[in-house]
Amino acid sequence: MQRIVIFGATSAIAAACARRWNALGANLFLVGRDTPRLETLAEDLRVRGGGSKVAVASADLADTSGHDALFDAAEAALGGIDVVLIAHGTLPDQAACEASLDTAMEAIQVNALSYVSLLTLAANRLEAKGDGVICAISSVAGDRGRKSNYVYGAAKGMVSLFLGGLRNRLADKGVAVVTIKPGFVDTPMTASFDKGGLLWASADTVAKGIVSAVKRRADVVYLPGFWWLIMFIIRHIPERIFKRLSL
Amino acid sequence: MSVTSWNRLPRVEHDRVIDWSNRHAELPDGEDKLLAHGLGRSYGDVCLNEGGTLLRTRAMDHYIAFDRATGRLRAEAGVSLKDILDLVLPQGWFLPVTPGTRYVTLGGAIANDVHGKNHHVMGNFGHHVTRLELLRSDGQRVECTPEQNTDWLEATIGGLGLTGLITWAEIQLVPVANPFMVVENIRFRNLDGFWAQDAAVDAEYPYTVSWVDCVASGRQRGRGIFMVGRHAPPQADLPGHTERAPTFPFDPPFSLINSLSLNAFNVAYYHRPLPKGIALQHHVPFFYPLDGVREWNRVYGRRGFYQYQCVLPPETSRAGIDALLERISGSGTGSFLAVLKMFGDIPSRGMLSFPTAGATLALDFPNLGDRTHKLFAELDAVVRDCGGRLYPAKDARMPAEMFRLSCPRWEEFTAFIDPRFSSSFWRRVTE
Ligand SMILES: Cc1cc2nc3c(=O)[nH]c(=O)nc-3n(C[C@H](O)[C@H](O)[C@H](O)COP(=O)(O)OP(=O)(O)OC[C@H]3O[C@@H](n4cnc5c(N)ncnc54)[C@H](O)[C@@H]3O)c2cc1C
Ligand SMILES: NC(=O)c1ccc[n+]([C@@H]2O[C@H](COP(=O)([O-])OP(=O)(O)OC[C@H]3O[C@@H](n4cnc5c(N)ncnc54)[C@H](OP(=O)(O)O)[C@@H]3O)[C@@H](O)[C@H]2O)c1
Repeated sequence: MQRIVIFGATSAIAAACARRWNALGANLFLVGRDTPRLETLAEDLRVRGGGSKVAVASADLADTSGHDALFDAAEAALGGIDVVLIAHGTLPDQAACEASLDTAMEAIQVNALSYVSLLTLAANRLEAKGDGVICAISSVAGDRGRKSNYVYGAAKGMVSLFLGGLRNRLADKGVAVVTIKPGFVDTPMTASFDKGGLLWASADTVAKGIVSAVKRRADVVYLPGFWWLIMFIIRHIPERIFKRLSL
Repeated sequence: MSVTSWNRLPRVEHDRVIDWSNRHAELPDGEDKLLAHGLGRSYGDVCLNEGGTLLRTRAMDHYIAFDRATGRLRAEAGVSLKDILDLVLPQGWFLPVTPGTRYVTLGGAIANDVHGKNHHVMGNFGHHVTRLELLRSDGQRVECTPEQNTDWLEATIGGLGLTGLITWAEIQLVPVANPFMVVENIRFRNLDGFWAQDAAVDAEYPYTVSWVDCVASGRQRGRGIFMVGRHAPPQADLPGHTERAPTFPFDPPFSLINSLSLNAFNVAYYHRPLPKGIALQHHVPFFYPLDGVREWNRVYGRRGFYQYQCVLPPETSRAGIDALLERISGSGTGSFLAVLKMFGDIPSRGMLSFPTAGATLALDFPNLGDRTHKLFAELDAVVRDCGGRLYPAKDARMPAEMFRLSCPRWEEFTAFIDPRFSSSFWRRVTE
C-alpha cells in the first residue's frame, strides 16, 4: 500500500493524480490552502473507493515555517511516507512582476523557495528511511529565460536545478527524484489563455504521465513527451539570436 | 469565445467562458448574463448565451456521497452520466433514466429534464432527483427537495439553466444484476405495424424505442424496427464486451448526409439481419449506439444540422405521426436517426419539462437553409394542429408561437428566473 503526500492538492493536475493513485489503492494526505475544496476532493476520493485513507491539511505553502509540521502530520496520518508530490504554484503576471519587486519576490517565494524548503525536508526524511520517491512539478518555462515570463521561468528553473542536485545526492540512497516538466496544460492556472491548437494537454493526460513517472522512478520527464523535442530545439538556439526572438 | 452545441448551430460568440470547478465559490460579479454549460449535448441554443458568460461545469465533477446499500448518489452537477455509470454499475446500480448518450452532465440532464426509453414506466430524469442545491446570483443557496422549496425544484427541473447554477444533486439509482440487457428487435412494415407492436410489448419491457425509416413512402411509410429491452437477470456467464470508439476524422465542407446516402442507409438498416428472438446485449450499444463514434456530429458538415423533436397527444398521435412522416419522406431530406416512442402518462415535474403523454418523434436534418426551414414550418403546422409540443433541448429555430404552445407554463416560470441568468434560446423565444 502506497502512502502519498501531495502539496498543492487542489491543483487540477495534482487532483487528477490523486484520483489515479486512489484508484490504485494508495492512501493519501492532501495539503492545500482552500479547506472547503480540500474536503470536496477528499469526499470525492472516498466515494470512489480506492485507498482506505484520505486525510487533508490546510496550509499556505508560501509560509515555509509550517512545512516540517505538515510532514509530521502526514506521517502520523498515513503511518509513513512513500511518495511526495509537490505541485502548488502560481503563474504571476510578468508585467506586474516588472513593475513591482514585491510581486516578483512573492512569485519566487511560492514557486521556488517553498519548493526548496519542502524538497529539503522530504529528502531528509526519505533519505533516513532509505526508500521513496520525491516528485515535483517544474515546467518547460524553466528551461530558458524569456521576456514573456522569466520570473515564473526563473523560479521553475531553480526548482529543476535543485531537483537535479537532489537526484544526484540521493541516487544511491534508495530515493528517486522525479522532475516533471509539463508544457501547456488546460487548468485554472491558464484560464486566461486561448486554448486552441495541438499543444494543449488536459490535466488528466499530464497526471497519467506523472503517475507513470513515479512508478518508473524516472528522472526528468516532459509531459506530453513531444515537449522534449521542442525544448531541445529552444535550448539550442544561440543566445545572440534568441535574445531577439519573441517566444 | 465560441462554444458550440452538439448540432453546431447557431454559431455565437461569448464574452467570457469560465471553467467552473469550485461549487463553494460565489458566482462572478458583473452585469453580464450568465448561463451554465455542461457537455453541450443539446441540439441548439439552450446551452448558449451570445454576448454573455458561460460557466462550463465539466470540471465541477466531484462525488459527494454514495450509499451502495440504498443506491443514493450525491454528486456535483458537472459529473457526466458516463462517470456515474463507471462508478455505480460495477456496484450493481444503474441510472433510473438515461438519454441516448452518456456524455451529458448531471446538471444538463436535470435542466432539460431528459427522458429515455423507459419514460412509460419511470418518467423523466427529474422524477429521480431527491435533492439539489441551486446557487443564485444574490449568493443564496436554495436546497430543494420534493418536500422543501418544491416550487424551486419544479422550476429548476427542466428549467433550461435559467433559475441559477445547480451546484450538486442527489439522485436515486435503480439496482441491476450486471451491465447486460435482454433485448428483442422486431421489424414493422409501416406505421400500423408500429402501433400494433407498441400495444403488444409496452407492458413487457421497461425500455422501448423504434427506429423509423424516414425515407420510405406510400404503403411503407413509417416502417422500422422496434427495439425493446430490460436489464438482464443474474447469470454466471456473461459475454465479453470491449468498448471501441473511433473519432469521426474530419470536417467535410458539406453534409455527407444527402438524399443518396440517406436512401441507401435507410434501406440497408431496415433490411439488416436481426437476431432471432430474445438476445443478450451489452447496455452500451443498447442505450448509446451513437457513443460508438466520437464527434459523429461532424458528418453533417460545417453548416451543422438541426434536430426536430415533437410530442403529440395520444388522441392525435396516429394521424399526426403519419402526417409528419409524409411531409418528411416527401421532402427528401432527413436522417438515419429517426426515432419514435410512446411516452407514458406520468406527469412531468418541471414547469417547462417536455414529456407529456403521447407519441414523440425525433430526427436530424442537415442544414440546407431555406429548404429545411420550409419543411420545419410544415411540420410545426402539423404539431400545432395536433396540440403537440416541441422540445427546447433539441431546438435552434422554433418561432415564439411554438414555444408558447410547447411550454404553456412559461409565464409562471419567469418568476423563478435568476435576474443574472439568460440564454440565447430564452431571448430568441420570448423577446
Ligand atoms: C446523441 C444524443 C442523444 C440524445 N438523446 C436524448 C434522449 O434520448 N432524451 C433526451 O431527453 N435528450 C437526449 N439528448 C439531449 C441531451 O440529453 C440533453 O440536451 C442534455 O441536457 C445535455 O446535457 P449537457 O450536460 O450536454 O448540457 P448542455 O447541453 O450543456 O446544457 C443543457 C441545459 O442545461 C443547463 N445546465 C447545464 N448544467 C447546468 C447546471 N449545473 N445548472 C443549471 N443549468 C445547467 C444549460 O444551461 C442548458 O440550458 C441527446 C443528445 C445527444 C447528443
Ligand atoms: N497549467 C500549465 O500550463 C502548467 C505548465 C507547466 C507547469 N505547471 C505547474 O503545474 C503545477 C500545477 O498547476 P496547475 O496547472 O494544476 O494549476 P492550478 O490548478 O491553478 O493549481 C495551482 C495550485 O497551487 C495552489 N497554490 C498556489 N499558491 C499556494 C500557496 N501559497 N499555498 C498553497 N497552495 C497554493 C493553488 O491553490 P488555490 O486554488 O487555493 O489558489 C492551486 O490549487 C504548478 O506548479 C504549475 O506551475 C502548470
